[in-house]
Amino acid sequence: MNSNTPPSTSVAAGSVDPSVARRNSKRPKYSRFTQQELPACKPILTPRWVISAFLLVSIVFIPIGVASLLASHDVVEIVDRYDTACIPDSARNDKVNYIQSPGNKTCTRNITVTKHMKKPIYVYYQLDNFYQNHRRYVKSRSDAQLRSNGSADDVSSCEPEDKSNGQPIVPCGLIAWSLFNDTYDFSRNGQQLSLNKKGISWKSDREHKFGKNVFPRNFQNGSLIGGGSLNDSLPLSEQEDLIVWMRTAALPTFRKLYGKIEDDLQVNDVVMVTLENRYNTYSFNGKKKLVLSTASWLGGKNDFLGIAYLTVGGLCFFLAMVFTVVYLVKPRKLGDPSYLSWNRNSGWH
Amino acid sequence: MDSNASIESESYRSFSSRRSISSHHSKLSASNSIGEATCAEMGSKKVRHGSRGGADSEGFNLSQKEISDEDARFVYINDPARTNERFEYARNSIRTAKYSVITFLPRNLFEQFHRVAYIYFLVIAILNQLPQLAVFGRGASIMPLAFVLLVTAVKDAYEDYRRHRSDRIENNRLALVLVDGEFRDKKWKDIEVGEIIRVRANETLPCDMVLLSTSDPTGVAYIQTINLDGESNLKTRYAKQETLSKILENMSSGLIKCEKPNRNIYGFHANMEVDGKRLSLGASNIILRGCELKNTAWAVGVAVYAGQETKVMLNSSGAPSKRSKLEKRMNVEIILLSFFLITLCSIVSVLAAIWLRRHRDKLDNIPYYRRKDYSETDVENYNYYGWGWEIFFTFLMSVIVFQIMIPISLYISMELVRVGQAFFMIRDGGMYDEASNSRFQCRALNINEDLGQIKYVFSDKTGTLTENKMEFRSASIWGVDYSGGNPDLQSEQVAHEVEVDGKILRPKMAVRADPELLRLARGGRESEQGKHVYDFFLALASCNTIVPFVVDTEDPSVKLVDYQGESPDEQALVYAAAAYGFMLIERTSGHIVVDVQGEKQRFNVLGLHEFESDRKRMSVILGFPDKSVKVFVKGADTTMFSVIDRTSNNNVLQATEGHLLSYSSMGLRTLVVGMRELSNSEFDKWYIAFEAASTALMGRAALLRKVASSIESNLCVIGASAIEDKLQLGVPEAIESLRMADIKVWVLTGDKQETAISIGYSSRLLTSRMNQIIINSNSKELCRKSLEDAIIKAKKLSGPNVSSNMEGSSGAVTIPVGLIIDGTSLVYILDSELEELLFQLASHCSVVLCCRVAPLQKAGIVALVKKRTSDMTLAIGDGANDVSMIQCADVGIGISGQEGRQAVMASDFAMGQFRFLVPLLLVHGHWNYQRMGYMILYNFYRNAVFVLILFWYVLYTCFTLTTAINEWSSVLYSVIYTSVPTIVVGILDKDLSKRTLSKHPQLYGAGHRQEVYNSKHFWLTMVDTIWQSAAAFFIPLLAYRKSTVDGPSIGDLWTLAAVILVNLHLAMDIVSWTWVTHAAIWGSIVATVICVIVIDAIPILPGYWAIFHAAGTWVFWLCLLAIIVAALVPRLVVKFFHQYYCPSDIQIAREAEKYGRLRDHGTVEIEMNPILEPPRR
Repeated sequence: MNSNTPPSTSVAAGSVDPSVARRNSKRPKYSRFTQQELPACKPILTPRWVISAFLLVSIVFIPIGVASLLASHDVVEIVDRYDTACIPDSARNDKVNYIQSPGNKTCTRNITVTKHMKKPIYVYYQLDNFYQNHRRYVKSRSDAQLRSNGSADDVSSCEPEDKSNGQPIVPCGLIAWSLFNDTYDFSRNGQQLSLNKKGISWKSDREHKFGKNVFPRNFQNGSLIGGGSLNDSLPLSEQEDLIVWMRTAALPTFRKLYGKIEDDLQVNDVVMVTLENRYNTYSFNGKKKLVLSTASWLGGKNDFLGIAYLTVGGLCFFLAMVFTVVYLVKPRKLGDPSYLSWNRNSGWH
Repeated sequence: MDSNASIESESYRSFSSRRSISSHHSKLSASNSIGEATCAEMGSKKVRHGSRGGADSEGFNLSQKEISDEDARFVYINDPARTNERFEYARNSIRTAKYSVITFLPRNLFEQFHRVAYIYFLVIAILNQLPQLAVFGRGASIMPLAFVLLVTAVKDAYEDYRRHRSDRIENNRLALVLVDGEFRDKKWKDIEVGEIIRVRANETLPCDMVLLSTSDPTGVAYIQTINLDGESNLKTRYAKQETLSKILENMSSGLIKCEKPNRNIYGFHANMEVDGKRLSLGASNIILRGCELKNTAWAVGVAVYAGQETKVMLNSSGAPSKRSKLEKRMNVEIILLSFFLITLCSIVSVLAAIWLRRHRDKLDNIPYYRRKDYSETDVENYNYYGWGWEIFFTFLMSVIVFQIMIPISLYISMELVRVGQAFFMIRDGGMYDEASNSRFQCRALNINEDLGQIKYVFSDKTGTLTENKMEFRSASIWGVDYSGGNPDLQSEQVAHEVEVDGKILRPKMAVRADPELLRLARGGRESEQGKHVYDFFLALASCNTIVPFVVDTEDPSVKLVDYQGESPDEQALVYAAAAYGFMLIERTSGHIVVDVQGEKQRFNVLGLHEFESDRKRMSVILGFPDKSVKVFVKGADTTMFSVIDRTSNNNVLQATEGHLLSYSSMGLRTLVVGMRELSNSEFDKWYIAFEAASTALMGRAALLRKVASSIESNLCVIGASAIEDKLQLGVPEAIESLRMADIKVWVLTGDKQETAISIGYSSRLLTSRMNQIIINSNSKELCRKSLEDAIIKAKKLSGPNVSSNMEGSSGAVTIPVGLIIDGTSLVYILDSELEELLFQLASHCSVVLCCRVAPLQKAGIVALVKKRTSDMTLAIGDGANDVSMIQCADVGIGISGQEGRQAVMASDFAMGQFRFLVPLLLVHGHWNYQRMGYMILYNFYRNAVFVLILFWYVLYTCFTLTTAINEWSSVLYSVIYTSVPTIVVGILDKDLSKRTLSKHPQLYGAGHRQEVYNSKHFWLTMVDTIWQSAAAFFIPLLAYRKSTVDGPSIGDLWTLAAVILVNLHLAMDIVSWTWVTHAAIWGSIVATVICVIVIDAIPILPGYWAIFHAAGTWVFWLCLLAIIVAALVPRLVVKFFHQYYCPSDIQIAREAEKYGRLRDHGTVEIEMNPILEPPRR
């Protein structure tokens, strides 16, 4: 009723019950949150802080870089490209025809060990220019079918390798269809080197992704053979080469684990590899390589991380030095109000 | 444009009609008059009231331009069936709810898809459903859109449910409706146009109705319109004399022809035909839905507008939607990003085309392409439609993959951030107004950040800078100045009390009195001066339209007299008269009762000419107990001196003029009071003319005006009153802060020049070191000349650097220039080529004061500036006359003060006091701008980093848009992984504390200089983005070169790297870390890790268990560390160098805040909430 009367001049102001006024008040409740006064930490990039941070980075990075480089140098890696070498000179003009024609394509390669190799020695095959990450390729698989027997008909995503002769293919899809099928046998001084092909795939894949009761069916039965065939009596969970192959590589140059040699190799040992050269990479100029490699804590032979860490660490050290010099030569007092634009008489920056 | 103009003219009309309503003379119902029995019954002549003529005249003028039949609605009184026969008028049920159960889904979706962002989402999702283009799975592509739609729909549904509920309550209220000759209860929703409704005291009106009759014999009803326009004082409405007596009998003969429903709550035009007589109806004859009937036992009216067509419902539309400057600016960059997106997609499709071309012979058999499908007997192409189509599909697919390059989620984030910012602005205790018990209101939600870039403030004066609470300060009576009331001592306030019937009557407000004048007033009429004092205060007490109400207090023996009226000036004068012992205690149509020094006197009101804006004076003709008749006139000095008899008492006249000058130079509002004794013949002559004029059918208003000027002549000046319109608390400090923040303040006022200038000084708008330029011209040519001269002068004074160097203006030694211009000159300037000159001149001035401006000119001035500059304008005002200006400016602020809610309804933000402008602009505006500007840039960066990582990978996949990053991760990236921190930072981050910002208004310049968001920052950010994405992509690529790594593993690495990278990037830029910020940043990273783990735990996805294998190797962690350090180092270096060697003001202030070095460098301490400070006089 007298809401438009200022309390200070109203004689009736005293008669208003103050508790009523308080109850009706819309005054926002005070809290540090609503008043945006929460306790806050306000870090500022001071020279000391920045220089210390860069020094810290260099102190951490340079040792890591050195360790990585050492680890990489400890790895012994032997790479043998055999895709052209394993084709008889007479057939080299038409490699595709050679690889597609039937017949024995056994080929022997001798590899000289240059440095002592400790077991286990990992045997990889390396394919170049093979786009396992091509959209048409990665999509062409049926994870449901791989996992359980009941989903054998779940092949809709597998085109164009979904069915053969009207029957679903297990495992279907381009990936399985193009299974790598070169084989390697190793011997040293005429003595067979044992190759462990167990456990080359991920345990999680064997146990949960590839079914123990899913067996290959109708596989590589079509008119066009893409690669290796499978043993129909083994469940998919035990077809480790397939499991490895089905983990499609991220990049067009990739290695896949073929097996492990559980023997040390000495310097100047000559390892004889008997390989069946069956897999067709010739149609797209893909290279095939055989790789024997030991492993370090950092994996295979790759200097990149070591160099990267040394570079970044070195750069940070250099920056820390530059900052220090600049800071000493031309310091600025932090928070000096005389730098404020309205306290400066002329434009400074 | 058209609708805009009509709104402006409408508000102007409503403004002028308000003023005329304010002077309606009223009759008091018997129940409200007190002590009538004690008054000697005097033979009073039956008088017609000029005021009634005023009400009629409005209707009459309009009835001359006949409402055409097509534009009219016909209401047959008490015959709803016939009324609704031809046209079905809206029933009285209202519906604020938008949806019903059936229409909810389609309508809500339709409304949601009004946003471009959602349509973009939808198109992308639809594209993705085509089998040729299916990049993402169905679920993944639709999920984000569905999620957003669902959240919004649930919110809308809840709000609508609440509206349904309140509608139901409203519609089922009961009202008394005349059915078959008696009033019966009827639900509101069933009321029809044409029905007769009876409303009792304190009831709410169910619909808009024309008054037919009230409990008052003269047909007056009092209504409170607080629900409609927020004004709490009572308004008087009248029933027509002709309908008063025929409440029940014979009502159906009437026909009302009124205009179509419209939103103007201050206007109504109609004719009523009763018994063959034609009457015109105006705004004073209609009572509107939502109002309450007060002090009137009952009122009967006929419904003319019902339900949705009532004026209150037509007015309940939302605030106009505006786009913020930052958002407009942002759209330019969005277009740039679109080009960038198209470029990326073109690169991909061109490269894909080249690849297809080079491998065209081998495509059939390449194991990873396999164009031919051999499974059928006839070998066909599989999923290959020819080379042109493949390129086209590649292009569309890349658009789908790179879609988040256009940060659609940004629009949603911005809305959330603005809601959050509004929350904090509303909750700010520093912007709560104790006096009106009102919080800050955010009515528009899309222009929060504009508050940080305001360059021009246009302010109304009365009620905005001042309180619009008038206080009587000084009187000049018969040439003697009485200004002795010591303003600093509260104790001197006098509340004169009188005893009537054993009860003490006391005016509700005390007034500071001059002791000398008090003595004279109490001394009676014996002395010569005492006689003049008597006349003076009698004039103040009688010459007005104030209605006294007696209010009970807790003490039964004391009653308060509350003066209700629409003009605060008149209220102040009546309270002053009461304080000096001339207490108005009763007003009816025929007489007034004034308690003069404890002795009750009754005067017959023989006639009254209401206040009119072109006459600028009002007069009352009083019959004294001794049979003498006097006319009292009060009005503005300009119009009063023209009607004053200058032949006699010349020295009094001159003294009064001198006092007036000194009053107005003190910033007081002055009124001159004059009187004349009328001889019998004179009175009779006037009476006949008055009678004739007020019953005239044509041109009644003009006739009445003529009659008024005939009687208001040859007056003898008694004196002048001075009323102070007190400055609001903290206004001078606020204006000083705004000026220091390099905001140009323009004050637009209807006051006269001297008053305006003196208010200018007291509000520190003008200072003594400021050079004033005054433009006061009466023709266009003179205007041109004075403008040109002024520009030369201003240029000389303000120095050459104002126009050339905006930044330097703060530091340069220049003399500030204040421009004062009056409304007459503006008439010649606005809408002519002189506008340009005025703008040039104004841009050299730090302050502009426009006096005597009309409401529409206010909008014209705002438009003048807005047209010529890209700087942001803000208009602040409190009255209906400011509406046009508020709507015209980029940001409109309404003061929820004394003058109703029109301004608030039209505004984007509303608050209680002018001084809240300082925390609003300098603190919240600054924060909002900084936060929003940073957030937009960050969102561009955040999405671009991710898109570029995807893009780099595409180059290694035969350009086939494979993503190593899981499709769910790419969908969740902007929804879950990175959205919360940016919103939290957008709402909560504070670059500087409230204290620093309000202490150093210059820091506001950051917004003027667009320091946070500009093209330079955009391009720098984009370069940084390219580097960061390259670091994030190529470090793993090279580290995993020639390894057994599979796609999902390296994809998980890229996902985590991107998320950690963008979150740390944000963390680097956060200024103040509260627990909320910590939770948001680190929580997001943890949430991402959890999501990645969950996705990789689904066995039927190809990437099953990949994260566990990857995270089990050292390479993974070393890559992650290297990515983060290498990506962020350049940014850190640049940031550090910039902060250390080219520090911005904000940076320095931040350091100073931290190290406590911020001294007051020539700045004035501004107390933000000076509750304890005594009010400035």
